[in-house]
Amino acid sequence: MSTIIDRRLNPKNKSAVNRQRFLKRFHAQVRRAVADAVSKRSVTDIDSGEKIRIPARDTAEPEFRHGMGGRREMVHPGNKEFVKGDRIPRPETGTGKRGRRADDSIEGMDDFVFELTREEFLDYFFEDLELPDLVKTQLARDPAQKSVRAGFTSDGAPANLHVLRSLRGALARRTALTSSSLRRKSELERELESLRAACPEDDPRIEDLLKEIEALQRKIDAVPFLDTFDLRYRSRIQVPVPTAQAVMFCLMDVSGSMDQNKKDLAKRFFLLLYLFLRRNYEKTDVIFIRHHTVAQEVDEEAFFHSRESGGTVVSSALNLMRDIIRERYSPREWNIYGAQASDGDNWPEDSGICRSLLCEELMPKLQYYAYLEIENDDSQGLWSEYERVAENWPNFAMRQIHHVSEIYPVFRELFRKQKA
Amino acid sequence: MKPLSEGSEWTFELLERYDAEIGRVAAEYGLDTYPNQIEIITSEQMMDAYSSTGMPVFYHHWSFGKQFLNVERSYRRGHMGLAYELVINSNPCIAYLLEENTMTMQALVIAHACYGHNSFFKNNYLFRAWTSADAIVDYLVFARNYIAECEERFGQEAVEEILDSCHALMNYGVDRYRKPPPLSMEEERLRQKERAEYLQTQLNDLWRVTVPTREKSGREASERFPREPEENLLYFIEKNAPLLEPWQREIVRIVRKIGQYLYPQRQTKVMNEGWATFWHYTLLNRLFEEGLVTEGFMLEFLGSHTNVIFQPSYDHPYYNGINPYALGFAMMSDLRRICEQPTEEDRRWFPEIAGSNWLETLDFAMRNFKDESFIAQFLSPRVIRQFKLFSVLDDDSEDQLVITGIHDEEGYRHVRQVFSEQYNLGNLEPDIQVYRVDTRGDRSLTLRHYRHNRRPLGDTTEEVLRHVRRLWGFSVHLESLNPDGRVVETFHCA
Repeated sequence: MSTIIDRRLNPKNKSAVNRQRFLKRFHAQVRRAVADAVSKRSVTDIDSGEKIRIPARDTAEPEFRHGMGGRREMVHPGNKEFVKGDRIPRPETGTGKRGRRADDSIEGMDDFVFELTREEFLDYFFEDLELPDLVKTQLARDPAQKSVRAGFTSDGAPANLHVLRSLRGALARRTALTSSSLRRKSELERELESLRAACPEDDPRIEDLLKEIEALQRKIDAVPFLDTFDLRYRSRIQVPVPTAQAVMFCLMDVSGSMDQNKKDLAKRFFLLLYLFLRRNYEKTDVIFIRHHTVAQEVDEEAFFHSRESGGTVVSSALNLMRDIIRERYSPREWNIYGAQASDGDNWPEDSGICRSLLCEELMPKLQYYAYLEIENDDSQGLWSEYERVAENWPNFAMRQIHHVSEIYPVFRELFRKQKA
Repeated sequence: MKPLSEGSEWTFELLERYDAEIGRVAAEYGLDTYPNQIEIITSEQMMDAYSSTGMPVFYHHWSFGKQFLNVERSYRRGHMGLAYELVINSNPCIAYLLEENTMTMQALVIAHACYGHNSFFKNNYLFRAWTSADAIVDYLVFARNYIAECEERFGQEAVEEILDSCHALMNYGVDRYRKPPPLSMEEERLRQKERAEYLQTQLNDLWRVTVPTREKSGREASERFPREPEENLLYFIEKNAPLLEPWQREIVRIVRKIGQYLYPQRQTKVMNEGWATFWHYTLLNRLFEEGLVTEGFMLEFLGSHTNVIFQPSYDHPYYNGINPYALGFAMMSDLRRICEQPTEEDRRWFPEIAGSNWLETLDFAMRNFKDESFIAQFLSPRVIRQFKLFSVLDDDSEDQLVITGIHDEEGYRHVRQVFSEQYNLGNLEPDIQVYRVDTRGDRSLTLRHYRHNRRPLGDTTEEVLRHVRRLWGFSVHLESLNPDGRVVETFHCA
């Protein structure tokens, strides 16, 4: 006797708990791997899952095993040329374990590799940044959806029942199903009246008519007042919230004093702003401007990885930003955000120019501007000039940091506005 | 006869009809089975089942998450197809069928799992002696609930530590020669409390003597505990580790019981798969003879059957040892041939079965052997020639490997003997036993490794010892001995 059971609708993901436990156990390694991935990834690519590698020796589950050596005799299939007593050189990996599959060698035998989902990846990314929980959920959620009316459907939850339409439908149905009977019935009734007027009450024709009328009445009564067929429900569908577009300017000093470490810090700063914009705008453009004494619009690769020598003129980048806005991003159509990272070096005479450029030309067009000064204990002209900008513009944020966890406060105002 | 179906789509009605027909033919051949519970599942569910040793319910542990991530990754990248089926040694016998299978594959799987494996589980002597098919699902439920409860009371990490250590010793939680009592969840639950109390008193007795007292006499002092070396490390720890809490002992016991349940499967891979493969082949061919399945069905069936029993040779890039399906199927089919059409050679090698009733002979072999003895008894020269088996000696005192036997008259016996040894779990795993506990001194535990063929312990030894140390609670020593009784290597974990 066999029983056949359809289990397909049973919950899947029975292993979700085990997966979480695995991630928890290898928290440190996964975190390291995510940090590596963040430095390698493009800014606009931050929002996806990731392949993680953990050294296999960390995840190994040890058992008592035989080591190499001693005397071992093994049987193998597929003899071609051997006869008893043949002596053959010992293969490098010991007998039996000759061919490794091609994919193993690509992955490397020493790593345990698996995929992190997008949510898990962002979780780890946020961890370092010490974001408040509310902000985390705000960033990690999928693009905002809004539920809108989309006419009526014939099935749905009782709470969405549309009474008027349902009754209107019922009326139409009743009319359609009973009209011919009603018409016939009134004909018969007229006939009956005329018969009654002409004949005695016990005329068999009257009885026949009465029977026929009764039958019609039963037929009419059998049509239900309300049928499930009549029910109409309000339908709502989820559509993405129509949001405007934003452009984000990444400005970074690439003069000799900015080493790779500082650039990695700066990258996280840009990433965070990018994630924020991605959640709030349908379309987000990113413009990379690097500068030393002259500014240049470049692609991401060149932005993060090239290094120039020489002095620093910050206003060159601001000028370029202004020009690009003028040419391509009209403030009327675009929400403009600026993020600048630097180690604070600037030509002394240039800092004042920067201030006036910002106050007079840029800030009126911008939603928000964040300035990050990395690992500089000895602030110079640029910092004090920027402080004056901040006094006048509440949407100008600036901060000196030494560690990734200090990045978030630069954006605090920005996220707070979101909450409201 | 009209075929049961023509297309490749399966439906529940068709599954029932195929199952009924396969079951009828199986009964005609005398296969004795548990009732079947056939469950259709999705590929995600199959991956879930995969990662908890195929069990329908299991406790939670990170290592199963690791397994899951591994399976998921290879599956998503298309490196690995999922097994068509998974079958559980339980009563009723639970078999999982993947929803993506075609009708032909479902029929193959039903024949293979629900009648092949099922009858093996029910009748093979190891499974009969070691597993309680009636109680296993209940026991797993008990185990999962118990461990979840422990996690709640004592913290996930504390439980995980114990489980890690127990898993490291899982293969050493088996009584190789004593038959264990059958499992029952109700009794487990009832006895568990009693056992906890009883154990604690037992322990107190054992360790009472450890309060340092003046030595009474030399003879008493030298009396060893345990008197006889104990091969079941987990059992010894469960009963004797001084510091374990009752709940920790219970977890040791759970892992031990589950290890024991899986023990017969590890010893009968070739036989079990060979038996199931032989029967899906025989049963479906019978349906074809009766006209119940079409030629198209047979073509698809034979295609995947051929893949299953593919054996790459030793120099093939995909070679990864002997394929148990291939060897098992070849041996089972060969047994039938020896019974039905014995050659002169068969009569010399197998005088007692050549020409006998094949159904009875196969049934006898299935009931009374495990891989090691099955090969020693029934591997015929013909199968050795078919696989072109040869034996290689790897002796670290020689700088070259030596071929010690091939598929010729001179080599058959030697190859067969070496091959059979290869399936002896006792040879595959290092022989490690509890030797001595220093009950009067520092309470240290000494294990002994008895070397076979001078083979040393591998590089994981220190790490496993740390797990033993965690369970035992005091320092642990491991002595590795040559057959002459000399200690050649020692490991310590203080």
